[in-house]
Amino acid sequence: MYERLKAMLIKEFIQVLRDPRMRFVVFIIPAVQTIIFGYAVNTDVRHVATAIYDLDNSSQSRELADRFLQSGYFELTERVSDEARARELIDRGEVKALLRMNHGFGAGLIGGRGATVQLILDGTDSNTAGIVLNYAVRIANGYGSQLQLAAVQRAAGRSLPVHGVELASRAWYNENLESRNYFVPAVITNIVFIITMLLSSMAVVREKEIGTIEQVIVTPIGKGEFILGKTVPFVLIGFINVALVSLVAVFWFEVPLRGSLMLLFGSTAVFLMSSLGIGLLISTISRTQQQAMMSAFFVIFPAMLLSGFAFPIESMPEPVQWLTYLNPMRFFLVIIRSIFQKGVGLEILWPQLLALSIIGVVILTLAIARFKKNLS
Amino acid sequence: MPEPQPQAAATAPPLPPAVVLRELTRRFGDFTAVNRVSLEVTRGEIFGFLGPNGAGKSTTIRMLCGILPPTSGSGSVAGFDIASQSEQIKKQIGYMSQKFSLYEDLTVEENIDFYSGIYRIPGAKKRERKEWVIEMAGLADRRGARTATLSGGWKQRLALGCAILHEPPIVFLDEPTSGVDPVSRRSFWELIYRLAGAGVTIFVTTHYLEEAECCDRLGFIFGGELIALGSPAELKKGFPGEIVALECERPFEVLKRVEALPGVRQATLFGAGLHLTVDRAETLIPALREALPDLEVHLERIAPSLEDLFVSFMEARTG
Ligand SMILES: Nc1ncnc2c1ncn2[C@@H]1O[C@H](COP(=O)(O)OP(=O)(O)O)[C@@H](O)[C@H]1O
Ligand SMILES: [Mg+2]
Repeated sequence: MYERLKAMLIKEFIQVLRDPRMRFVVFIIPAVQTIIFGYAVNTDVRHVATAIYDLDNSSQSRELADRFLQSGYFELTERVSDEARARELIDRGEVKALLRMNHGFGAGLIGGRGATVQLILDGTDSNTAGIVLNYAVRIANGYGSQLQLAAVQRAAGRSLPVHGVELASRAWYNENLESRNYFVPAVITNIVFIITMLLSSMAVVREKEIGTIEQVIVTPIGKGEFILGKTVPFVLIGFINVALVSLVAVFWFEVPLRGSLMLLFGSTAVFLMSSLGIGLLISTISRTQQQAMMSAFFVIFPAMLLSGFAFPIESMPEPVQWLTYLNPMRFFLVIIRSIFQKGVGLEILWPQLLALSIIGVVILTLAIARFKKNLS
Repeated sequence: MPEPQPQAAATAPPLPPAVVLRELTRRFGDFTAVNRVSLEVTRGEIFGFLGPNGAGKSTTIRMLCGILPPTSGSGSVAGFDIASQSEQIKKQIGYMSQKFSLYEDLTVEENIDFYSGIYRIPGAKKRERKEWVIEMAGLADRRGARTATLSGGWKQRLALGCAILHEPPIVFLDEPTSGVDPVSRRSFWELIYRLAGAGVTIFVTTHYLEEAECCDRLGFIFGGELIALGSPAELKKGFPGEIVALECERPFEVLKRVEALPGVRQATLFGAGLHLTVDRAETLIPALREALPDLEVHLERIAPSLEDLFVSFMEARTG
């Protein structure tokens, strides 16, 4: 058993590591994906192009404008002196925000009557606008003034006030940074799933396609030895992926990893039963690498959509929610996020791990049963 | 070299025949690739399985090696049933597939190491067998080379080496020399003789007739059916009719004229001339001279070759 498995493993590793495309897939893609993703979900907006329209021109109004500019979130594009120019800048998209202080702003502050400052935001990108608004609220409140906001949406070249927005008193300022903490670790589930499933199915199908499998199956190698030889390398590659993504998350994006590394890799091992099982299943129904790739994508998309990665499961229709219980990614995602963000252990995560184990054992058993050591 | 199998001694029971096929059949959908083939190969012989492309040679060999289940009929290799005991068979055989199927992205040595690991060749023997294969294949200078960079003859000898690393008593070779140059082909057949000399049973498919002449016994398969079986000499002896070789200029034109003559059963282009299958050469040769007065022809009765034989078989089948 050991002798044959060793021969299989050596051969598989040589093949993976010798192929530059494979090296790229195994080592570069996870890191690059994590970095791209880390920035793509980065909702931490800085240097918003801003115009200042100061009608008051008091020391108070200048002070508030300075506070905006010094916060680092707003960057001055132009000081404007009339309404038309302000509109023009917004319409052309040259500024994303217009800070307007009316006559009497300084006097109001001094007199304790309260003062209103107006912030007009380009609402085209509602996400960014929302974040900018939060910064503005904090700065304005810090200065004891009220902020009145008008979001404008540039449509057909016209500015059009959409609605006045009530001041949000909740400070979700921090949450912007946490969205990264939430999303980046989750990249692990996608990367591990896609890479291990795709590579393990390809590793078998490539031998079918090239014909090398014919020479292997006339040897007395056992079915189990062959399957192990084709999966163990990808267990290791799965671990490498987890390590790479975690390293990038922790050291590049400073995402906290609060839970145990043991549990991180242990649950990865449990998850790999499913992804490698699906990979093997695909290899039993595919003759060419292209077919295997198509089948893999057929699995990947629903698995990702129904995992809770991008769309919360709670907001899916109920029948679809039930479907997600068949999805190993769903459980793995909860485990990974909990390990990173909450630092919880087995005492909390055992139901997910149990579900993952059951799904894994079923898929793997099915795959092994279907796997035949012949050419039919 | 593999040791010869001990011959049936007083104490040991005789070895079962190397290969037995009984009405062996394989269908792919509606298409019958191998149709009720029955034959036996005895220990130590070189059995040639001859037939044109698509005749069903590879399909037969794959069923015997336990990598393709038969549709019906039965067979055994080294006494083990091909349908139910394929894993035992795999310990007894070496197989070289028609298409080169070693790993092209591995080096010569890595391929050998892989197969000696898979065959669980014990540590001490491993080195010896590896050196034997490298020497046999003439790859001493290329041991570290990627297999993809080797030329056809080298690849085929390496494939043979990897297939017999474990010294199997029965070896299946599926068109081992297709696509290699004549010199490599000759040296490959020398290797086959060396193996056979050591008592190994060889089951080899080919469509080269000169290779068929080298076999102890032949089976001729055509359209999935076995249509002749015997040693080359037996087969030629059983040839129905006699052969007259006709040498002339522009044989293609002459072909049309002689075909119509009474007593000529069949006429085929053969090298620079024609071969005529006739009932009695003695009476036909003078008749031919009379019928072709305008031509400078050389006529001679010859012994039928394997090619004459198989051409006649094929003509008979296809009508
Ligand atoms: N897996 C398969 N599926 C369908 N048809 C096949 C398959 N393998 C072989 N055949 C068909 O069976 C016939 C015999 O093929 P094969 O045994 O490879 O012939 P040979 O080796 O004598 O050239 C061919 O017509 C071939 O197309
Ligand atoms: Mg063939």
